[in-house]
Amino acid sequence: MARVKKVKTEFEGRISEESIVVEGEGLTPWEAGADLKHVGRRVSRVDGAERVSGKAQYTADIQLPGMLYGKILRSPHAFARIKKIDTRGAGKIPGVRAILTFQNIPPLPFWGGLSFILDPTVRFIGDEVACVIAEEEEICSDALEAVAVEYERLPLVLDPEEALKPDAPKVHPQGNLFRGAPDLYQRGNLEQGLAEAEVVVEDTFRTQTALHNCMEVHGSVAQWDGDQLVIWDSTQNVFGVRAQVAQLLKLPLHRVRVIKQFMGGGFGSKNSMGKYTLLAALGAKRTGRPVKVILDREEENLAAGNRPASIQYLKLGAKRDGRLTALYLKAICAAGAYVLYPPAIGGPARQLYLCPHVKTEQYTVFTNTGPLSAFRGPGYVEGTFALESIMDELAGALGLDPLEVRLKNYSGNNQATGLPYSTKPLPEAYDRGASLIGWKDRRKGEAGSRRRGWGMASQIWGGSGGPPAYALVKVNSDGSATVISGTQDLGTGTKTVLAQIAAEELGFPMEKISVQIGDTELCPFAPISAGSMTVPSVGPAVRFAAHDAREQILEIGAQALEVPRDSLEIREGMLKSPHLKNLIPLKDVLSDLRNFMIVGRGGRAPNPEEAHVNTFGAQFVELEVDIQTGEVKMDRVVAVHDSGRVLNPLTISSQLEGGILQGLGFALTEQRIVDERFGAVVNSNLEDYKVLTNPDVPEIIPEMVDLPDLLANNLGVKGVGEPPIIPTAAAVANAVADALGVRIKDLPITRQKILQAVKGKNP
Amino acid sequence: MARERREAKKKAAWRGPGKTPVRLTVNGREQEVMVEPRRTLLDVLRKDLGLRGTKKGCDEGTCGACTVLVEGRPIYSCLALAIDYEGKSIETIEGLENDGQLHPIQQAFIEEDGFQCGFCTPGQVLSAKALLDKNPSPRPEEVREAMAGNLCRCGAYPKILKATLRAAERMRQGG
Repeated sequence: MARVKKVKTEFEGRISEESIVVEGEGLTPWEAGADLKHVGRRVSRVDGAERVSGKAQYTADIQLPGMLYGKILRSPHAFARIKKIDTRGAGKIPGVRAILTFQNIPPLPFWGGLSFILDPTVRFIGDEVACVIAEEEEICSDALEAVAVEYERLPLVLDPEEALKPDAPKVHPQGNLFRGAPDLYQRGNLEQGLAEAEVVVEDTFRTQTALHNCMEVHGSVAQWDGDQLVIWDSTQNVFGVRAQVAQLLKLPLHRVRVIKQFMGGGFGSKNSMGKYTLLAALGAKRTGRPVKVILDREEENLAAGNRPASIQYLKLGAKRDGRLTALYLKAICAAGAYVLYPPAIGGPARQLYLCPHVKTEQYTVFTNTGPLSAFRGPGYVEGTFALESIMDELAGALGLDPLEVRLKNYSGNNQATGLPYSTKPLPEAYDRGASLIGWKDRRKGEAGSRRRGWGMASQIWGGSGGPPAYALVKVNSDGSATVISGTQDLGTGTKTVLAQIAAEELGFPMEKISVQIGDTELCPFAPISAGSMTVPSVGPAVRFAAHDAREQILEIGAQALEVPRDSLEIREGMLKSPHLKNLIPLKDVLSDLRNFMIVGRGGRAPNPEEAHVNTFGAQFVELEVDIQTGEVKMDRVVAVHDSGRVLNPLTISSQLEGGILQGLGFALTEQRIVDERFGAVVNSNLEDYKVLTNPDVPEIIPEMVDLPDLLANNLGVKGVGEPPIIPTAAAVANAVADALGVRIKDLPITRQKILQAVKGKNP
Repeated sequence: MARERREAKKKAAWRGPGKTPVRLTVNGREQEVMVEPRRTLLDVLRKDLGLRGTKKGCDEGTCGACTVLVEGRPIYSCLALAIDYEGKSIETIEGLENDGQLHPIQQAFIEEDGFQCGFCTPGQVLSAKALLDKNPSPRPEEVREAMAGNLCRCGAYPKILKATLRAAERMRQGG
């Protein structure tokens, strides 16, 4: 019997309360060290063959009969009003089928009401102006050049500190400060904490705007199939896109179907419906033909989201033994022209360390630049860099080891609520990391112009996942089974671990399990794949569904084989009982029942109320800085993370390596550069925006604590997607500071900054 | 006169405007398509030949997702005009399987988890093949260097390296 209950959920540092229907209770996780056949094993990906052979279909690979292409005209001005759009010339080009502008489509609200899908005011270079629908992409390009737009340019503002000034141009009429006020958090009394301090350190840190650059760009294909709108979308959130499209186009939910099979990365930039999705849908409606709108790499880097730049002023008070008494953070976040959810830059300051008196305030500011979106560990990557930098400054001021200062400020409780963490094996992560890198025996060294340095940093993040999430497990008459859930595999390996979970619970071999995801029409609801919540939300639902199916198999099997039900078990797809001479293949029993089908159904039970489920970790780096060339040579990165039970050591190590490599890019090379006069992004391509390449990769030692979190859910798992990127830049910055004896407080740590820092130190 | 002009036009290095016939040999099979001279080899493979295993990541020669082999050498097919590749032997990811069996490089990529989202993988696999066909026993640095033109934003690089070395070993032992 379902019951409705209020629960607290945490998503990217924000705690909210919602009502849920409680299901999926009563299954306890396997104990640590349980003898498991599939879960916890090194299993290669169930969809590996499709991915390596080119057979995997990504959104841009969807090719429909009669399909047209759409391309978007984007603003060349950072802030302007459109006075006139003349599409007559473009419309005459053979093959052009429609040109959508704000004059001929309804004013559908976008960006939470800050704008429209096509808006007569454009607020950044790359803002959407029109969409040409044509027979071929080449024709779209020709037509885009022929659309004549007359703009009235407006005074613009690019710098977030400038934008906060009273006389700054207003990006939106309601002002440049998001929601008109800073986001404030306080516990204790900051002034009292500072008064109690025996040492105070303060500093300002800056992080850059970083671009996601998923290998697969954003895009959608839309087709009206009778009165149903079918959308193929590269999205982290099929059900979210369905809801958003249905709401804007005033369609009932069953008239919108969103499909996403394979996906070439998202990293947070594909969390919600894009304008391209709606433009494809509107274009398809107007022309009566399917329409594909896929961004190009430049558009991707102008308009598809970013990790916004931050300016963070931090002030710490501490006792001489290193215990924190006060922590203050003032953060400014450069949102760009639009924002739905600002990143929680203050998350680490509020949560990572034991401190009675804390105040954080965040000013999220509109500027005439491309809008932010979530980016893997949003806010926490930036916040951790600043906090862990100043923690090292504190250690330096007190003459303490950086690791010791962190251990001194360990908190077993969530300090906002006073409740304990379900598990927090951070001390073990510190221990193992320190031992793997040789922290205790580290020696600063000089060889010619090269200086050796060591650094570390800690990580906290959510990753509990939670309800609602559902799965079905269909068992076929031949003893094969299909797991069905409306979740997404961004490339993280979701399908593989869901198959492992089902195989384990059913007692089936892996090859008997297939997994169907990413289709709102065929699958039960699953949440957005963000916030490191996919596996801890959907995995327990899959286990429950598999359990439900297994119970039904045993029920039927016992009757069919005429053995006591309690004596029966399933081993690798065979029924086993002391009352039977042989193992009986499941298909022998089920196929006798003709096309009888077992459907197991599972939901995700609520999170525990008595504890917080969070993920933790620590990273250590050893590197060399050449003070003549400014080159940073990364030697080793050791990462030890806690995400509860490890379901698959192979794919989880890939998550760690990938997060760390993105973190190294953020630390050292990646940075969107905007022309200060006009607001143009000057490196909106992969030549000038520097993501790491294969030769840049240092030795990485990815380790998991692998402690099942028995309170968390029926698998004992927590998320892992975001944690590994969070402490990397901080650890690198601390190691560079260790090597140089001078700290660089401004990411990325480029050669130029290193040479300037060295020069400043030895004038 | 008109005939002479037609002959001259046939021999000329330029073609078009408008669609023009192009004969391409892809994965050992010769095919003719009618395409505009400005169409890239990448678009011809994906749109005109339906070989969508070759991916478009940037369309400007910076990411390597569109890597194909021409006479065994890796190129960015987004920087190549199809009309320039008549008479050349082009190999795409679809050509690697043999009798339904994955190539040892593909197999090694699966075993070592040499990918995450898989979008760059066809290009990675082909760059690895070009390297191993030329140099069956590469050192790790040589693999890294040979694959430097294939970006992977998921950061599968450590495992791409492992997979390529494993494939090399297996291919030396005869597949």
